[in-house]
Amino acid sequence: MTLRVLYFASLKDRARAAEEAVDVPAGTTVGALWEELSRRHPGLASFTARPLVACDKTFAAWETSLDGVREVAFLPPFSGG
Amino acid sequence: MIRLQTAPIALDELVLDVRGDGDGAVATFLGTVRDHNAGRKVLHLEYEAYGGMAEREMERIAADARERFGVSRVAIVHRTGRLEIGEASVAIAVAAPHRAAALDATRFIIDTLKRTVPIWKREHFEGGSVWVGEAP
Repeated sequence: MTLRVLYFASLKDRARAAEEAVDVPAGTTVGALWEELSRRHPGLASFTARPLVACDKTFAAWETSLDGVREVAFLPPFSGG
Repeated sequence: MIRLQTAPIALDELVLDVRGDGDGAVATFLGTVRDHNAGRKVLHLEYEAYGGMAEREMERIAADARERFGVSRVAIVHRTGRLEIGEASVAIAVAAPHRAAALDATRFIIDTLKRTVPIWKREHFEGGSVWVGEAP
């Protein structure tokens, strides 16, 4: 299945992209997707902490399955206000 | 009124939006762009938000505030894009029958927004820029 992956703020700089389409096998978790993306984009691997993640605009856990998800966003520490 | 916008914020608009005849208080908060941070002179800021999710999280905070403090109505507006020194980056207005609830809810809303809403600021200074909240 094809996911729309979004990067924000410093993660966008590290991935050198705001978004991309990624094919993943069924049963893939958020954590496994991040590992795959870190291999594709070496800049992401240097982000030492685990970023927060949202699946279809709702906060999700590292263990969350991506089955049925259309959009995954990786979110560095917030600094609004 | 819960929204992101690139245009400057008019606080009056939020106040008019929340105030009702049963309210004895409207508390407001403005976050403004400071000319320095961490000992460094700031030239301007740039805000980025996850559109759709940011509004959803702000709606959630407004609902929590109404439930926890019994306030009547809440408005939250956050800017995105480039902001100059002195401009308002975020505005909050809370109407309630009595002042204590309005003031307490306003504090709760800005504190929670900073922790849970997917918005980021990039600080531009002489010689560079950095995303705030992250180790370089």
